[in-house]
Amino acid sequence: MARRPPALLVVPAALGLAFLTLPLAGLLLRTPWAGLPARLAEPAVLEALRLSLLCASLATVLCLLTGVPLAWLLARAEFPGRRLVRALVTVPLVLPPVVGGVALLLVFGRRGVLGQYLQDWFGVSLPFTTAGVVVAEAFVAMPFLVIAVEGALRGADRRYEEAAATLGASRWLTFRRVTLPMVAPGVAAGTVLCWARALGEFGATITFAGNFPGETRTMPLAVYLALETDPPAATVLSVLLLVVSVAVLVSLRERWLGAAP
Amino acid sequence: MTLRARLEVRHGTAFALDLALDVAPGETVALLGPNGAGKTTALRALAGLRPLTRGSVELDGTVLDDPAAGVRVATEHRPIGVVFQDHLLFGHLSALENVAFGPRARGVPRAVARGLASDWLARVGLAEYATRRPRALSGGQAQRVALARAMVTEPRLLLLDEPLAALDASTRLLVRGELRRHLAAFGGCTVLVTHDPLDAMVLADRIVVLEHGRVVQHGTPADVAHRPRTPYVAQLVGLNLHRGTASGTTVALADGGALTTATAAEGPVLVAFPPSAVGLHPERPAGSPRNTWPVRVDALEQHAGTVRLRLTGPPDVLADVTPAAVAELGLTAGAELWAALKATEVRVYPA
Repeated sequence: MARRPPALLVVPAALGLAFLTLPLAGLLLRTPWAGLPARLAEPAVLEALRLSLLCASLATVLCLLTGVPLAWLLARAEFPGRRLVRALVTVPLVLPPVVGGVALLLVFGRRGVLGQYLQDWFGVSLPFTTAGVVVAEAFVAMPFLVIAVEGALRGADRRYEEAAATLGASRWLTFRRVTLPMVAPGVAAGTVLCWARALGEFGATITFAGNFPGETRTMPLAVYLALETDPPAATVLSVLLLVVSVAVLVSLRERWLGAAP
Repeated sequence: MTLRARLEVRHGTAFALDLALDVAPGETVALLGPNGAGKTTALRALAGLRPLTRGSVELDGTVLDDPAAGVRVATEHRPIGVVFQDHLLFGHLSALENVAFGPRARGVPRAVARGLASDWLARVGLAEYATRRPRALSGGQAQRVALARAMVTEPRLLLLDEPLAALDASTRLLVRGELRRHLAAFGGCTVLVTHDPLDAMVLADRIVVLEHGRVVQHGTPADVAHRPRTPYVAQLVGLNLHRGTASGTTVALADGGALTTATAAEGPVLVAFPPSAVGLHPERPAGSPRNTWPVRVDALEQHAGTVRLRLTGPPDVLADVTPAAVAELGLTAGAELWAALKATEVRVYPA
């Protein structure tokens, strides 16, 4: 028989839920629905949307290519200083994004620790370019992926990897054919979180990549800018971001995350 | 093909395994022992999944492991096949792909590997289950796929870790029979780890009994079944076992009491006899060359068709009687009566 949950928990829980959902409801209430299609079709909006989707996706790919191996090392390999490495990986998670942007400038900037060599040797300059947006977003979003994948790897039964070894599989083959399929749901969850975080990135992006239309002005930057000049436009852009985020989350949740009961 | 292994594995101060194991080509050796005896540790050491503290593993003259010489062939480079207790089939692959995994990992072209896998699935009678995922297989089917997966690579050393333990009784019987057939046809060395004496008796040519990481007995199944050397083995094979000192046909038992035997012996001996050989009488039975002694019923356990009595002596013994006898003799805990045992039922062998 189900017992009534105590009011001392229900009331704060309801307040918390209201706090989380009311702003979204307010956003939808104040959206100028009538002018919506016209506003969405504006070239500046489409430009920002295209740039946002492109940069978030590229940043996610970058995170997958480096973050999954990093998670594997943290979960499976024995090496000195592993705890320190794990702590370092989570730093961008708690670091204010704007600080991340400053740090990126100091490293990849024209006079930066690495940036000067990139400039001298390859003629590559990351700050204030679209590539810079990708770098800033990846920096901020990667911990989400690494933590999710590492957790999945730790939860996976290592005896399957041992079984693969007894069948003659090298560690790389085992990783590719056994481990990765086993942790696929975790990787998918991490990818979604990572992508969502990259899509919403603001602080590090504006600091490191600036705010140039068509080149580094992603949706969040466009929203902020519009808020000062054309508030209804900001609302429209916000709704658009909300819809894109929710759509991705829902579609992947049903396919991959197996939806909690 | 010969396996020569000397396995020493130390884990802190609490656990140590010390085992010498030689297996001839085509031979199956069972490692039998209670939980925590070190059986699985030994198997993992042979597979290279657990480093040796000392010792060596040599298969067909090739050294696979020798910490003193700095040799340790990685698991994936050992010519082994392993069947695990809970099959460990890869859940995202079909039965066929699971069996083909080993050949593929060893560089066999895809089509050839799938052909080999099909053959082996047919040999374990699961040809029509090729496309099934492991979760759509029964426990017995999954274990047979696991056997095919381990054997398709033609290993020279086959390691079976409690291969039947996870199966229910009737499935176990079937899979045990099938396993016996495949082992008979297998030309390499086989090491079987089990805590079930029946598995060991049916499947193994030789049994090595491990307790606390050490060998306490080894021999053919018949030898182990007839001449247990420790209380654990005696309990496994269902015999009464006593230690004593023989002088002619009389054995003075270490725990008190004496037994008359049909065969003469001298010095430290073990005596063993089945619980079914112990007769029970309300009064002291008269005549005949029998051992008789007063006992008290300590406990009664219902087994299939019989009741096993735990009797306090000396000597203490287990006796099997029919439920009818329990009623006739009015047997309850604390009842006092006489035990009788024919001298010819007692086996005597050197300790």
